[in-house]
Amino acid sequence: MKFTEDHEWLRVDGDLVVIGITEHAAEQLGDVVFVELPEAGTQVSSGDDIVVIESVKAASDIAAPVDGEVVEVNDALADTPGLVNADPLGSAWFVKMKVDDPSQLDGFMSEDEYKDMIA
Amino acid sequence: MPNLNRTPLHDLHCELDARMVPFAGYEMPVQYYDGVLWEHLHTRASAGLFDVSHMGQVRVSADTLEEAQLALEALVPVSVLGIPEGRQRYGLFTGEAGGILDDLMIANQGDDLLLVVNAATKEQDIAHLSANLAGCSVTPITDRALLALQGPASEAALSDHVPGVAEMRFMDTSVLDWNGVELWVSRSGYTGEDGYEVSVPSSKARALAEALLASEAVIPIGLGARDSLRLEAGLCLYGSDIDTTTTPVEAALEWAIQKARRRDGEREGGFPGASRILEELESGAPRRRVGVLPDGRAPIRAGARIFREGSDDPVGEVTSGGFGPSLGRPVSMGYVEIELSGTGTALEAEVRGKRMPVTVADMPFRPSTFKR
Repeated sequence: MKFTEDHEWLRVDGDLVVIGITEHAAEQLGDVVFVELPEAGTQVSSGDDIVVIESVKAASDIAAPVDGEVVEVNDALADTPGLVNADPLGSAWFVKMKVDDPSQLDGFMSEDEYKDMIA
Repeated sequence: MPNLNRTPLHDLHCELDARMVPFAGYEMPVQYYDGVLWEHLHTRASAGLFDVSHMGQVRVSADTLEEAQLALEALVPVSVLGIPEGRQRYGLFTGEAGGILDDLMIANQGDDLLLVVNAATKEQDIAHLSANLAGCSVTPITDRALLALQGPASEAALSDHVPGVAEMRFMDTSVLDWNGVELWVSRSGYTGEDGYEVSVPSSKARALAEALLASEAVIPIGLGARDSLRLEAGLCLYGSDIDTTTTPVEAALEWAIQKARRRDGEREGGFPGASRILEELESGAPRRRVGVLPDGRAPIRAGARIFREGSDDPVGEVTSGGFGPSLGRPVSMGYVEIELSGTGTALEAEVRGKRMPVTVADMPFRPSTFKR
């Protein structure tokens, strides 16, 4: 698993990359009550806002960490947005992307590096 | 946090692992360990303890109580003379243009009046009172904390320590003894639930809070849940839902202006902005504060503009909004043009550049459970 400075995680799954947010991010957001996901098939560039998370406190945007195509979104989050708090590293993934340039992943942090950053 | 005031419960909040944030010049708990959602639901199911010591407590006295009551009527459109001893009433400070300078509680303590005003506006309120209450002394009370205990288990939890509170009804106020400590208790609050607000000497605030928190029914509640609770109850937040640009009639607060102060009342007018406010009481205002229920699941927050379906001219704006945990859905309130303020009117609100369907709704969104 790789981590971004924006508290997202990326997990390689075959030729796709699964993207979510870290436990630390979920805790900071507070109780999540709504998640707005992009449509499958959307082409995005790194830095584009692709997900909106509404917590009891505020709305937060999640940006695409890489360039590529969103091929699948986690529809379960529409009915159970609380999964983001309950299982941020597992069942609360947001999107699966087909990455244009897999070498983009090399620039992200390892788990240890991420833990150092939030320490 | 630098330059911020602290309440007498500051150390307790920190020991309870509160997340502290700046609010109205104070360092205040926004949530504790369990989070906003749980704190909200617990308050409605059992009881929650809130530190509201940042709010202003102000004593107004004169040679006689009646003199103080009549003097205060020059600043609020409320029948202050009509508040019996041991009762309190919701009130508004109005401005010359008819806008709202603050909202407050006015209690008749027998010999004098006790006001509770908002934290962010307390300095200006005190200056306003001092400058305009002829023949009265205006005394900010700075040596007392204010705690709120809200929710259905409040009566049992507080009466374990202060038995007299059980006999009180909604909006009663009473001076009661707790182990030799003088408490000023009102049966009121800001959640739509039965409950109490308790003014306690600062030096005893922590002991009282700990005594209440020792009850299994009571957990501490932060500002986050305080906001979602009052929103579900349809209660205004000063500075968001009401301010100097909104009149009491626009804000749907006509109920706070008693007959005695209206046209042909015994003490008609005589408060700032009376000409506009009395006129609006008779013929209405061009816009009105209403409940706004998003049809979808996305919360619609303050600042979202409201439109007629398919039109680009705004007809209103959301002033408060978020997720209502007890309703399991988003809820908002805001202002719309008067002809669109009828319950059930279908409108749209703009969120992140997209139009979301909304429906005008009655408030409170959830029936209040006051002990009348």
